[in-house]
Amino acid sequence: MAALTAPIGLLAELTHRCPLACAYCSNPLDLVRQQAELDAPTWERIFREAAALGVLQVHLSGGEPASRRDLVEIVASARAADLYTNLITSGIGLTRERMVRLRAAGLEHVQLSIQDTEAASSDRIAGYAGSVRKHDVAKWTIELGLPLTLNAPLHRANADHAADFIAMALAMEAGRVELAHIQYYGWGLLNRAALMPTLAQIERTIDVVNEARSRLAGRLVIDFVLPDYYAEAPKPCMGGWGREVIVVTPEGSVLPCHAARTIPGLAFETVRARSLADIWTDGTAFEAFRGTDWMQAPCRGCANAERDWGGCRCQALALAGDAAATDPACALSPRHAAMRALAEAESAADPPEPQPRRFPQLVVD
Amino acid sequence: MIPRLRPGVRIHRDRVRDRWVLLAPERVVEIDDQAHAILARVDGTATVEVIAAALADEYEADAAEITSDAAALLGDLNHKGYVAWLR
Repeated sequence: MAALTAPIGLLAELTHRCPLACAYCSNPLDLVRQQAELDAPTWERIFREAAALGVLQVHLSGGEPASRRDLVEIVASARAADLYTNLITSGIGLTRERMVRLRAAGLEHVQLSIQDTEAASSDRIAGYAGSVRKHDVAKWTIELGLPLTLNAPLHRANADHAADFIAMALAMEAGRVELAHIQYYGWGLLNRAALMPTLAQIERTIDVVNEARSRLAGRLVIDFVLPDYYAEAPKPCMGGWGREVIVVTPEGSVLPCHAARTIPGLAFETVRARSLADIWTDGTAFEAFRGTDWMQAPCRGCANAERDWGGCRCQALALAGDAAATDPACALSPRHAAMRALAEAESAADPPEPQPRRFPQLVVD
Repeated sequence: MIPRLRPGVRIHRDRVRDRWVLLAPERVVEIDDQAHAILARVDGTATVEVIAAALADEYEADAAEITSDAAALLGDLNHKGYVAWLR
């Protein structure tokens, strides 16, 4: 029987609408449309239930959360529930006036994504000409006294700009920069061959990060994420299934991980039917991979089983064909060498044209 | 040296887990009662010595020892990005 812990973070996907079309978006391929989105009073109830359950931080995400006209109201209700309110945004849809209102509503941190350090490349990757406005959002964030994180999703086209991203973060007066190699789920998996960096690129980003961390300690927090395909050990995905993070999707489904819907056979419950606490405590999708009882060899009995929790279930499904298998990111997985070989082969070939993120096209007879 | 919490960092009582934490961008850090007593007096105007003297008075402890503990704690939190030095 797995010990039940209380979640620390709530990932609130307020909407799947987004003006950007990044080919590595972590949203599911089957995006939720606006008509199905939860209203602000329902989010208010979710925030109160989350705080009572033990959640300390809410990450207001999407899609682009600023696409919601009631974002200020939603932030105010998160703060009223005494949650630490973090806005994860592309910046598109924010004005200075709107940011003043968000700050007054209690917003505590802004995480701004930048697609590349050169405007033309940034706009090309995002599929949207918005890079200039993003810099305005960074400036307003600092002017209003809010802490800023620059989020730089790295992949083949921009991994060699890691040092420039750090310089950009310093110029913006960000307190933190996230140099996160993208992971290959959702749209990223679909476009993997176009996005996968080479091993040499990965090694250069590691060198840049190590040098900058020692130079900038106390001035800039640098978080770095390796892509699993080049890792030797799996990451403790979501801090372990059903252990630290609870995800609520735009239409109210409650998930242990934002990609969990790719796993067949799991039944997901909605906040419209049951409380967050009940779903977290005994929802079948949360119980499916909680703890270690579900594990197979080589995870079962492994000394790291309660450190990495077997890695990522969605990746195990995508690459090993079984969501209960060991994540191939682990050197002990029989699929590990094949995963690395796939990354090396794809990154060495000419990149195909990526398929931009978009809502399903309506079929008209 | 005057410490202050960096923007976006605040002390929070985690009632569900019965502990004090620092909440910061993408971070939650547990702090023990001694660290809480020090951080609760960090207001952007008090020096480390003033904070330590107040604590020594309140807990009838050795001021030099508390000054050294507080400087070590705040130095560590500065290194990790939670605390800034004003001068």
